Amino acid sequence: MGGDAAGPVPTDQHDFALWEKRVDALMILGSARGHFTVDGLRRALEDMGEQAFEDMTYYERWVAAVNQNLIEAGVYTLEELGAKMATVTARGDTYGAAQDV
Amino acid sequence: MQVRICDLSPPGHIRTPKYLRGKTGVIERVLGRFQSPEQRAYALPAPEKQLYRVRFSMAELWGDGAEAPEDTLDAEIYEHWIEGGDHAA
Amino acid sequence: MPHDHHDHDGLSPSGHPYRVDNDAPLSYWQTMEIAIRELMIEKGEITAAQVASQIDAMDARSPANGAQVVARAWTDPDFKAALLKDATKATREMGFDIGPMNLVAVENTKDVHNVIVCTLCSCYPRNLLGLPPDWYKTREYRSRTVKEPRKVLAEFGVVLPDSVTCRVHDSTADMRYIVLPARPDGTDGMSAEALAKLVTRDAMIGTGLPKSREP
Repeated sequence: MGGDAAGPVPTDQHDFALWEKRVDALMILGSARGHFTVDGLRRALEDMGEQAFEDMTYYERWVAAVNQNLIEAGVYTLEELGAKMATVTARGDTYGAAQDV
Repeated sequence: MQVRICDLSPPGHIRTPKYLRGKTGVIERVLGRFQSPEQRAYALPAPEKQLYRVRFSMAELWGDGAEAPEDTLDAEIYEHWIEGGDHAA
Repeated sequence: MPHDHHDHDGLSPSGHPYRVDNDAPLSYWQTMEIAIRELMIEKGEITAAQVASQIDAMDARSPANGAQVVARAWTDPDFKAALLKDATKATREMGFDIGPMNLVAVENTKDVHNVIVCTLCSCYPRNLLGLPPDWYKTREYRSRTVKEPRKVLAEFGVVLPDSVTCRVHDSTADMRYIVLPARPDGTDGMSAEALAKLVTRDAMIGTGLPKSREP
């Protein structure tokens, strides 16, 4: 990307949403547990390809990278993830309603 | 000390940006030894490599397209991406 | 949940809108975040309290930390020398918990202006300054800053005279960078505490200059 032509730098700013802060925390805690390194996360991000940069937000890409590394480290299986995501989705239609509280 | 960055393009996770490959700069400072990201990215045992900050002129990087030829760019480069690597280690 | 008070306030304390979150339709990636977090808690990898406390620790980091470092360097020549020699050590000794981060401070003078970018991802001295601004992570900033820094800086309102050399720093590996801005004229005799209020986040990235007097 370095040196490529591009338009003006957009300066819109948002404050981080709770789910984004949690992705950030999972990244730090998963790394502290020794399950991956920042290089492993970056590798997963790069392997998503150029289109992911256009189609996904920053923390969407990072949660995908954290998940990829945790799967590779054997922390949980794809089957467990699939079942858990189905459980979460069944709880409600919003991020707030889908929490296990 | 003047150094040239290796002009190689293997696939995979590499922390030497493409725009610096094959370019010549000077070592601005020695940063110490760090584990190579090229193994760490794949959760493999990673050898420690000397890391340098290399300074390039904008003229070297962009030729006639440079905005201000005397301006500079510094980047961190691992020893195995410097031609003849070991000489500087 | 201890952190739910972060939401539903309309505007944040900094006046920016919160990103659509708790009351918008659940997205695929939000679902994944909840699932990962719960699986890791169930497997004893982490606790909910650790997630909350990690968020608190990150929220506590802000550009105000860096501003204190800069202001001290402006008022304490020994500290400035130590900072430029080894910013990791100097900031730790000042009491900041920067974790495993390796920090390099680069000094602006009347002849040199430094600016920081990460073309490969979005490396940023987050353990001192907090999370990076959105623009720092954009394709536009990352692509252009290494080739036409003066045009990029001008968009931020910083116009460099031809007599000033621009030094761009691409954070490609293990170091993180902070710009030590030049102390503004007309601030003689000001305390470090007052000077810190002049130091903006962008002044420490290089896309801004310190304010010339307290607002």
